[in-house]
Amino acid sequence: MAELNLVEAVNRALAWEMEHDPAVVLLGEDIGVNGGVFRATVGLQQRFGAGRVIDTALAETAIAGTAVGMAAMGLKPVAEIQFSGFIYPTLDHVINHASRLRHRTRGRLTCPLVLRSPCGAGIHAPEHHSESPEALFAHVPGLRVVMPSSPSRAYGLLLAALRDPDPVIFLEPTRLYRLFKQEVADDGAALPLDVCFTLRAGSDVTLVSWGAMLQETQAAAEALAAEGISAEVIDVATLKPLDMATILDSVARTGRCVIVHEAARSGGLGAEIAATLAERGIYSLSAPLQRVTGYDVVIPLARLEYQYLPSVERIVAAVRTTLEAT
Amino acid sequence: MAIVARFQVEYTRFLDPQGEATQPLPPFALDPAALVPLYRAMTQARLFDSKAIALQRTGKIGTFASALGQEAIGIGVASAMRAEDVLVPSYRDHAAQLLRGVSMAESLLYWGGDERGSDFAVPRMDFPIAVPIATQVCHAAGCAYAFKLRGEPRVAVCMLGDGGTSKGDFYEALNLAAVWQAPLVVVVNNNQWAISVPRSQQSAAPTLAQKAIAAGIEGCQVDGNDVVAVHHLAQQVLAKARAGGGPSLIEAISYRLGDHTTADDATRYRDPAEVEAQWTFEPIRRLRNYLLRLQAWGPEQEEQLIGECSAAVNAAVEAYLATPPPGAADMFDHLYATLPAALQEQRAMALHFALRLAPHEGGGGGSHG
Repeated sequence: MAELNLVEAVNRALAWEMEHDPAVVLLGEDIGVNGGVFRATVGLQQRFGAGRVIDTALAETAIAGTAVGMAAMGLKPVAEIQFSGFIYPTLDHVINHASRLRHRTRGRLTCPLVLRSPCGAGIHAPEHHSESPEALFAHVPGLRVVMPSSPSRAYGLLLAALRDPDPVIFLEPTRLYRLFKQEVADDGAALPLDVCFTLRAGSDVTLVSWGAMLQETQAAAEALAAEGISAEVIDVATLKPLDMATILDSVARTGRCVIVHEAARSGGLGAEIAATLAERGIYSLSAPLQRVTGYDVVIPLARLEYQYLPSVERIVAAVRTTLEAT
Repeated sequence: MAIVARFQVEYTRFLDPQGEATQPLPPFALDPAALVPLYRAMTQARLFDSKAIALQRTGKIGTFASALGQEAIGIGVASAMRAEDVLVPSYRDHAAQLLRGVSMAESLLYWGGDERGSDFAVPRMDFPIAVPIATQVCHAAGCAYAFKLRGEPRVAVCMLGDGGTSKGDFYEALNLAAVWQAPLVVVVNNNQWAISVPRSQQSAAPTLAQKAIAAGIEGCQVDGNDVVAVHHLAQQVLAKARAGGGPSLIEAISYRLGDHTTADDATRYRDPAEVEAQWTFEPIRRLRNYLLRLQAWGPEQEEQLIGECSAAVNAAVEAYLATPPPGAADMFDHLYATLPAALQEQRAMALHFALRLAPHEGGGGGSHG
């Protein structure tokens, strides 16, 4: 066991899979000699060579596009997009090609690539470095979208993504990269995709979240527990496809639900979860569900970013609203 | 002042528009019998093309992108490739695809609105056509990187149009492939028109080939209506790429004798007199004249060839029309390696509400884009 922060866990997972699967190649800007701007790939080029850890030219479209070609020809490309705001040029290749290649060719060609990108706000980063684009990708058929919320889940979910036969968008919350450490076995064991993780059992309300927002969500659950309110906390983890069964099962027991996400509210993934709860779980709900999300505004620069990010206080307030409703 | 770089773009032609040799032919073409397969393939591609247009006009397939007049490019390039190479085509490259082994029935199936048309029995590793412009250049560069990394003597061959060279994907892919010295061959079908926008408005660069030179890649021009020249240059750059010499780009000068697609009407923006004049340069008559002059071809062979090619086209049409549409579950069954649990209910719903489609219903008859 090693004490690892999230970015170190990403590094270990990449190293494990490169060691065990010669098809894995990494490509991206500054990932080789420099080890990545967040150091996620540090040491990997020295260990596995410049052929498998490729410092690309500064061209996000081609990083995604060449990864499609590599994947179709039997490699397992792991493309790193340096900052979250630079992910948008990849959309053409992700949406028009990566997500569809298997379908378009009836499985003759497939596209098992992993597109890694930092995401989210909270580290006083420059403009265009704090995006939460998960709903954009989660809307696309044929993709998997995964966001870890801790070092151990980053390790296990990234290994699962690397072994998945289809394209995976793997979004790493920058706020968690160095926030805390966890014991990680580094034994090559993957965690399952397509399922939620229940982080805390509870009986009064279900809190649903993912990524860095689980920090505030779990803190809110802790604060509520001090008042005798028992909150269940679900880490969605795989945002596409969505494991609604776990969420519905929890809400059937608690009767109340608060969805917490950092991305803007309108059309966010919380809306999909809420709509499905309305379709299939409305008779379980004792009160209207609540969403605690980023506002429908441009993600602010550093001085206001914590005004934007959902706080423990906002989550606790939303829980009270559901508890007070009859 | 010091000059720090100079470049030149070579233009190659062996047969002039009348089918007369303008210089000694390359070794592969010395025996005119060796050119007959190229002639046959171009003829087959053109007959397929005209049948596909007729099928669209009668509502049997959807929108189709004709390659009329550009057959020498696809045939000249594909005939220089090896089976283990990979073709990464645009939507106007059925000439190359057919020579690679894609069946006419598969192509009709695709244009008729059926994904199974891209599940080629042969060649298994070729890409399906790319509709989003120039995106395929990036894919081909990635394919080439995979070949190089594994030390495989294979080449990725990408085809696109003159309009595609305006896209960032094109520049980014050339730039990376050059840095990687990857075995990539990019063929630009410069047919002078990107739907309604002429070559003169597409780029102020005197040649499109020089765009490759900016990336550090050898770029050359060829008479794209001279299949001898196209095949010869393709052979050269494929051999160079296979030997580790890195990527190349061929700009093949041709002309789009047809509309952009069956949904387009080029008389809205193009002088019919210009098109008429361009028929002088088309590739099939050019090679036929050359072969006739050398008595390597004659009217009887021509008649027999037309009969064989027409029969093959008709058989493909019959096979296509006799192919029932896939079931509704087909929408789900190839989306992921294993259908996620979250999609099972939607699949069941699609089956429950499935429409009953006649053999060639559900495709065809489209009039747009």
